[in-house]
Amino acid sequence: MERKISFQQSINEALSQEMERDSRIVLMGEDVAGGCGGDGKMDAWGGVLGVTKGLWDKFGDRVIDTPISESAFIGAAFGASLSGLRPVVELMFVDFMGVCFDQIFNQGAKFRYMFGGRAVTPVVIRTMIGAGLRAAAQHSQCLYPMFTHIPGLKCVVPSTPYDAKGLLIQAIRDDDPVVFFEHKLLYPILGDVPEEPYTIPFGEAVCVREGDDVTIVAIARMVHVALQAAARLAEDGVDCEIIDPRTISPLDEDTILESVEKTGRLVLVDEASPRCNMATDIAAMVAQKGFEFLRAPVRMVTPPHTPVPFSDVLEDLYIPDAAKVIAAVNELVSSAKWKASASTR
Amino acid sequence: MIESAVENATSIQLDTGTLLEAYRTMRTIREFEERLHVEFATGEIPGFVHLYAGEEAIATGVCMHLREGDRIASTHRGHGHCIAKGVDLNGMAAEIYGKRSGTCGGKGGSMHIADLDKGMMGANGIVGGGPPLVCGAGLAAKKLGTGNVAVAFVGDGGSNQGTTLESLNLAAIWKLPCIFVIENNGYAEATSCRYSVSVGDIADRAAGFNMPGLKLDGHDFLTVYEAAGKAIRRAREGGGPTLIECKVARYFGHYEGDTQAYRGPDEVKKVRETRDCIARLAAEIMRADAGAAAELERIDGQVLARVDEAIAHARSAAKPTARDLLTDVYVAY
Repeated sequence: MERKISFQQSINEALSQEMERDSRIVLMGEDVAGGCGGDGKMDAWGGVLGVTKGLWDKFGDRVIDTPISESAFIGAAFGASLSGLRPVVELMFVDFMGVCFDQIFNQGAKFRYMFGGRAVTPVVIRTMIGAGLRAAAQHSQCLYPMFTHIPGLKCVVPSTPYDAKGLLIQAIRDDDPVVFFEHKLLYPILGDVPEEPYTIPFGEAVCVREGDDVTIVAIARMVHVALQAAARLAEDGVDCEIIDPRTISPLDEDTILESVEKTGRLVLVDEASPRCNMATDIAAMVAQKGFEFLRAPVRMVTPPHTPVPFSDVLEDLYIPDAAKVIAAVNELVSSAKWKASASTR
Repeated sequence: MIESAVENATSIQLDTGTLLEAYRTMRTIREFEERLHVEFATGEIPGFVHLYAGEEAIATGVCMHLREGDRIASTHRGHGHCIAKGVDLNGMAAEIYGKRSGTCGGKGGSMHIADLDKGMMGANGIVGGGPPLVCGAGLAAKKLGTGNVAVAFVGDGGSNQGTTLESLNLAAIWKLPCIFVIENNGYAEATSCRYSVSVGDIADRAAGFNMPGLKLDGHDFLTVYEAAGKAIRRAREGGGPTLIECKVARYFGHYEGDTQAYRGPDEVKKVRETRDCIARLAAEIMRADAGAAAELERIDGQVLARVDEAIAHARSAAKPTARDLLTDVYVAY
């Protein structure tokens, strides 16, 4: 039986089912319940956007509201993981990494290696990413490349409700620290999600649209932007293949390379700032391992190298959209220059 | 150097066995550190080494109350805490020499020695890195009902880090079974606490977090032992966290190779001559049992042999191989 629920509901369901299964799992973060110590109701918020609503009712004091002390409570999640708990901790907006990154990248991420393989650090950090809510420069970034850079962390960037549930359950069952990036504009989107728990292995990209002319690798919400672009390009007879890596650490290089081998062209769509992001990382990987597959230069569709602006006009200009993806694809498939070089192959 | 008055009202009477156990631990730390000081100068020990000599009474006085399930988080000056928490000396020495048989397979070094089986969550290269971890260990103990406690060792430098202050608040509001032991050795690297700390006594900061704050002479084992025992018992019984400041002096530099030009002339010499924690404990033991001299001498000999063995093991142990570079990053990837 197909059942449609939202991205947000799928995350809530994954948390609920896993907490039901394993009593060592605790959920921590700012206002994950909301209402602690006040004169009103508990579970007043259920997370700042309501993603964890209802979990306090089910699990009581395993849903732990924290003070606004990201260093202390994210560090505490890592300390607790060395002492028998399996914390899922929420860093409300990824932009707040600036106040607690040491506990993530110098402590938790490195325990296993620094301690000679004798530590297991089962922590999931859930965090919101992405522009589009007019939330300006400190609540809108896509900082996942900075986490991807750190050995010891795993980085998950789901784009659909189905993937969100399966990847989050995998993240919770995983014995390594996982950072789970939730694009806030994806929360309301609906998709088919099985009711029973299931996992999606890390490091397995999914081909969300098959095509022969160009490969588009897109991350998180950009998968949907790429799909819009591909639908319009199809009307002009351009057939795009879209790869969603789903996890960027580990990265499924093979699926990307196989697709590029087939299409000969690569467009990368990444909402992260353009320097040292996933687009540059994957472009470099393809240049090293699949250079002979390419019939045209790699194109990257990213925001400009600016902070995320506030004004709607500016933010709309900032975020990569279907028009920009279409322009990039058209340049690769229609330019006489690249056709000429292709014909000499 | 710390001159302020400290609370030294020890009323505690310990049996000779306990005193001798403390003496052995403190002597082991001292011997180990003094040996590393010598060996480091030969160039055989790689990297950065920060020695704990002078501060032995603190690690020992605290850790004697802890069991294996209890957690500690240490600092960059972590050897003493490791030894006091029961980490194997051969493994420690091998780790410090970067050898494969080291506690962390040679991947951590002096600044990251850890042994989770012994409850030791690691020395730490980041000042103030440990207190949040200790809150987590305390939270786990509380949620899992283990009755364990967790202790953060923090320097006077670390006392100024936001992580420490945030952790004091977190431990207080959640009433965690955590003890924050501030080892105030007077210097954050080369900067005096008289310059860098806003209060004369870091213990006074405890009041701002609604927890007891104690100010102790960190050179006096009995004082530390008694106060730590009370705080740990209180934490175990659900009474919540305590902050304990121990005023102390380190005998060596911030790191090995530090010329210590920032210290006053004869500063360390004076402490060694008048306030040395091991000499004081030895005198205490002799006062209690005039016949203990031979026993102390026997322990000294055993400790020397044990440290000799550890250093010899470390020197002769094999280094990691190229294969070890890529292992232990993830459980699975």
